[in-house]
Amino acid sequence: MSNLTFKRKLSGADIAFYTFNTIFMAVFVIVTLYPVLNTLAISFNDGLDALKGGIYLWPRKFSVKSYITVLQRDKLMVAAFISVARTLVGTLLSLITCAILAFIVSRKNFLFARPLSLFWVITMYVNGGMIPIFLLYKGLHLTNSFWVYVIPGMVSAFNMLVIRTYMNGIPDSFEESAQLDGAGYTTIFLRIISPLCKPVYATVALFVAVYQWNSWFDVYLYNRMKPNLTTLQYELMKLLASVTSQSTSAQSMKNSTSSITPVSVRAAATIITMLPIICIYPFLQQYFVSGLTLGGVKE
Amino acid sequence: MSRQKNEQLSEIKKVEFSKQLKKQWVLVAWSVFFVIYGLVFYYAPLVGWLMGFQDYKPKDGILHSKWVGLSTFKNLFSNPDYLGVIRNTLAMGVINLIATTIMAILFAILLNEIVGQKKKKVIQTISYLPHFLSWIIVTGILHDALSGSGIVNELLLKFHLVPQAVNFFAHEVYFWPIVAFANVWKETGWNAIIYLAAITAIDPSLYEAAAIDGAGRLDKIRYVTIPGIKSTIIILLIMNVGNVLNAGFEIQYLLGNGLVQRVSRTIDIYVLDWGISQMNYSLGTAAGIFKSAVSIILILICNEIAKRHGEERLF
Repeated sequence: MSNLTFKRKLSGADIAFYTFNTIFMAVFVIVTLYPVLNTLAISFNDGLDALKGGIYLWPRKFSVKSYITVLQRDKLMVAAFISVARTLVGTLLSLITCAILAFIVSRKNFLFARPLSLFWVITMYVNGGMIPIFLLYKGLHLTNSFWVYVIPGMVSAFNMLVIRTYMNGIPDSFEESAQLDGAGYTTIFLRIISPLCKPVYATVALFVAVYQWNSWFDVYLYNRMKPNLTTLQYELMKLLASVTSQSTSAQSMKNSTSSITPVSVRAAATIITMLPIICIYPFLQQYFVSGLTLGGVKE
Repeated sequence: MSRQKNEQLSEIKKVEFSKQLKKQWVLVAWSVFFVIYGLVFYYAPLVGWLMGFQDYKPKDGILHSKWVGLSTFKNLFSNPDYLGVIRNTLAMGVINLIATTIMAILFAILLNEIVGQKKKKVIQTISYLPHFLSWIIVTGILHDALSGSGIVNELLLKFHLVPQAVNFFAHEVYFWPIVAFANVWKETGWNAIIYLAAITAIDPSLYEAAAIDGAGRLDKIRYVTIPGIKSTIIILLIMNVGNVLNAGFEIQYLLGNGLVQRVSRTIDIYVLDWGISQMNYSLGTAAGIFKSAVSIILILICNEIAKRHGEERLF
């Protein structure tokens, strides 16, 4: 109803505005999606044929050889295993510790809630810097080990704040009635608060998982010498670097007989690397949207 | 008499305190864990700042290395290379901040005007996608799109905007805009989440009142939507200004090359080159200290400005 009356009142300026808006959104969607779809098309195209260019949204000469090449590399299987392992272990550890910390600082009658909270908020703004941190991890024997991926960033003040804000919204009466029944803090955390916090836990888990999955610099910095601790992102980076330096000799590549080229292999590796996240994030949308708006603004 | 009362009161408080402590021992035990963890992983590196004032030698450690005062800093700031690096970091940080903020606000406002929940939802889901891609993937995509035979050059040539394919990665002028564009591409949808939430929170009766006064869509945006999200914009700007110097590492590291390094190198890359690769720990630390110090000062200044203008503050 209101829409109908609305339409009748559209002025010339409004029509111009809606036209502009539609064009803007169309361009936005195309610019966002095209590069991804183009990579997908190239990855399924015959490598040699792809070098001729002119592939946009659909492969011209269909082939899955690039994927077979990528999946046959031993290093890539190791990398995939480490990527999955660090994402699972890292997310679990981080979620558990941040949830416990948030629970502690959100207990209203806890004696040290405020100082502990402040202690952690400060860490968001003061940072030791790359060199002292590098030497510290070296001193703690975290370098050249898997644990450097999951232990150092485990507790994060930002994620703690996101969870704390959510916990603050839970009425005190839940805790009080449980306490009257003789429940201790451990029971309250596990049985009362945590089940209510599932949405915010999902949000934080997504934040951490994406961070873990996409990290590559810590591999380069701390575990360069350990090929069995490499990750998908790091292998992709090395692949990229090699392609970029070879792109000038693409002409000579055209004359080679192999139908597998760095360009198509890289496209396949890119798709494999981005696939897990693309499959997951649309389903967690409602969670991260509410989590971000809750914790992001109101510190 | 009142003193006696006070003593009694403090006695009661003490008893109360130890009683509370006993009841809260689980919380206290966990707190100990979190304090130790925080001290080790967040506060201990700050001790490493001492290296910036020493001629640090790994075999001597922080305790026995020679103190050199501010001479490392003096060397640093008389080095045109480092000054250039500061300029690059600041310039790219500011350009990125302005570009991403404007685009996020614009996108949020325009998306809010889209009629039809389903259409809105689809566009929004698509808009988040790039945020979830790593910089490795994003820079790979950029290399493809901007290469000699990439889509951008193809379009430019088709519409006769350039006489021949542009080599975007070989000229200094293109580097900052490319970095800004990449940041906008990656984060617009994600950053818009908070603005959209702020727009949704605006009282609908304000729009109705504006409509009665004869306001069109543009008027409503100008007089209702933008004032309604002003405080959100300001608080996010404050939070991000403090991070201006942190905004430059991965993309510059991945996209930079010998031809553009005069404009592409940032403080973090400089620290990496000198501190890690050349093992000059003191120089690397000093370069990093400067970054942290400037960041904290920026946060405090912005916080103060917000306070003066009666806006919400961080602390």
